[in-house]
Amino acid sequence: MRHLLSTRELTRDEAVALLDIAEDMAAVQQREVKKLPTLRGKTVVNLFFEDSTRTRISFEAAAKRLSADVINFSAKGSSVSKGESLKDTAQTLQAMGADGVVIRHHASGAPYTLATSGWIDAGVVNAGDGTHEHPTQALLDAFTMRSRLHGTASRGKGLDGVRVVIVGDILHSRVARSNVWLLATLGADVTLVAPPTLVPVDTTGWPASVVYDLDDALAGSPDVVMMLRIQAERMHGAFFPNSREYARTWGLDDARFSQLPTTTMVMHPGPMNRGLEISALAADSAQSTVREQVANGVSVRMAALYLLLSGERGEA
Amino acid sequence: MTVESFLITGAALATGERADIRLEGGIIAEVGLIPDAAGATVVDADGLIALPGLVDLHTHLREPGYEQSETVLTGTRAAAAGGFTAVFAMANTSPVADTAGVVEQEASLGLAAGFATVQPIGAVTVGLKGEQLAELGAMARSRAAVRVFSDDGFCVFDPMLMRRALEYVKAFDGVIAQHAQEPRLTQGAQMNEGALSGELGLAGWPAVAEESIIARDVLLAEHVGSRLHVCHVSTAGSVEVIRWAKARGIDVTAEVTPHHLLLTEDLVSSYDPRYKVNPPLRRAEDVEALRAALADGTIDIVATDHAPHPVEAKQSEWDAAANGMVGLESALSVVHASVVANGLLDWADVARVLSAAPARIGRLRGQGEAIAAGAAPELTLYDPSASSEFGLERLAGRSVNSPYLGRTLPGRVVSTFHAGYATLLDGVVQPSDEVARHASAAGGDRG
Repeated sequence: MRHLLSTRELTRDEAVALLDIAEDMAAVQQREVKKLPTLRGKTVVNLFFEDSTRTRISFEAAAKRLSADVINFSAKGSSVSKGESLKDTAQTLQAMGADGVVIRHHASGAPYTLATSGWIDAGVVNAGDGTHEHPTQALLDAFTMRSRLHGTASRGKGLDGVRVVIVGDILHSRVARSNVWLLATLGADVTLVAPPTLVPVDTTGWPASVVYDLDDALAGSPDVVMMLRIQAERMHGAFFPNSREYARTWGLDDARFSQLPTTTMVMHPGPMNRGLEISALAADSAQSTVREQVANGVSVRMAALYLLLSGERGEA
Repeated sequence: MTVESFLITGAALATGERADIRLEGGIIAEVGLIPDAAGATVVDADGLIALPGLVDLHTHLREPGYEQSETVLTGTRAAAAGGFTAVFAMANTSPVADTAGVVEQEASLGLAAGFATVQPIGAVTVGLKGEQLAELGAMARSRAAVRVFSDDGFCVFDPMLMRRALEYVKAFDGVIAQHAQEPRLTQGAQMNEGALSGELGLAGWPAVAEESIIARDVLLAEHVGSRLHVCHVSTAGSVEVIRWAKARGIDVTAEVTPHHLLLTEDLVSSYDPRYKVNPPLRRAEDVEALRAALADGTIDIVATDHAPHPVEAKQSEWDAAANGMVGLESALSVVHASVVANGLLDWADVARVLSAAPARIGRLRGQGEAIAAGAAPELTLYDPSASSEFGLERLAGRSVNSPYLGRTLPGRVVSTFHAGYATLLDGVVQPSDEVARHASAAGGDRG
């Protein structure tokens, strides 16, 4: 694998192979010494144009546990905030000998531009671009689902027939996009639930069904309910009247949660707005996978960095 | 300095007939079978099509203010390379062309450069801010004799202000050229809104944001009995609205850009900012509707929206990149590829949509005249036979943000004659000092 830019471009075999490597990485995390020598001498740059402490420290932990040298480059307070272009930043990292660049950017497509521009030779991992994709989040979500469903027998398996309901701001969510492509590739059955204002105008090409009624979607007893964060700025774009109405209509409140089968996983990519899209009861329940998602994030990102940076680079 | 005379031999006119053309004394002196012309420079045009000099109603020359992108000189060199003999210069310069002083400066820069007639467009509102009318009358009465007014880049959004502008310019036979874009529906918009924008995660620019403004404006034009021109029509729905307005007798004209006739939104999948333009590239269905509308006269003209930007404005992530493409040098080949090669338009139609009609809409005299004895000596020679890869060597302006680089396009502009002298000869843009000398001599002749 040369770069990891989107889940859309992953084949089922590639995705399953990555998840299987993540299983190996997870096993290492159970040891007393959690570190592998695999990427010794390699340099990984976390290039973050947007604040995201959670994602950055997850990638940082992943790279360090593979013995890579890690440089954190935050755009805030750096030359980037003084108008330096993506091109100049990339060429700076190239000159420093970066082998891998983990990029978080507010512009959709920026990782693609970085990977295809010729400005830098490094392998590029998309750590979230605008409202486009966040592939490692979807991979860790799939990993979490697979672990809960199959435990130690997960290797080699997809998510065939698993019914997943994703609820919230689909329009602006890179997590939703990456999950839709990946889950469909792995054989899952995906339903998106949102106010009509927060769904793209045309989703006919998406391998998912779109409904507006959360109670109807939950009545089907899905295997997974994934709640997405509602950003504060959506309150001002007339996407919905106010947060109370949103929570009443599209929030996983106590009443909705208690009607779910006890086998239904409750997922959230974090950070959560407790009381808005998810109730405390649901978030803290045994069905909640929120903390597992964080732990699995490190394993999945180790697998991605391993695939991109170990061995000879340049092959497809 | 004596003005050179030319004998162009064996050209095919837009009508299809073959003729020799003699340029002398500041006019087309003779068209027909001309055995010889003493002292004239002979230009062999065998196999070439002679079209009246092309007229672009929508060019961004960037001077004053953005000379790193283009100047009047470099932009009109690009015009000459593309077969244009006149360009209407959009008002979004810095300072904005919203006073008589700025439009007169632009016109005089154009006269001095000599590569093409530069006809300034005046801003509709002060500073393009959409708040108060610019001094439209002063610009109309100035030496630049402005007749076309536009806030292009921005929509004259306030309906009351648009109504007043439409009414006011009737006093001097002016026209408002509207950039139809509902601003609230396009906040942060990055590409055509549809299935692809949803997948790419780019904020959508919905067709309705263009169509609703055109619908409002044609009704306003009808109400006050004014002339309206719609810039860069890009959607099938806009075509329907304009078709309806024309059937109703409303005095509206419309333009389409070459890129909206050829390119579609799927190019955006590459996140390559060369394809970022406003209005955005649309669906294949829109391209088909625009071609049909140009063929049936619903859309009157092709205008380039030549929008030069420095390389750094396009070497970036998509969001940060500037909107716009250079288009003067490639326009005729793109029109050839998109509507001539498939038989929708013939060369007489091309002469209409790229020369006669834009000159008429812009009330520009001495341009857009059919090639005949006594007409203004403005013409271009085009070789329709060969296809070739469009390369950097075809660009003659200061900026290289062309979406066609690396693409194979038919035809090639061979020579361009403006005011009786060559600005492009045998594929070579003529030296600037030579053209400036010719311009000054021709200007002297015109008194």
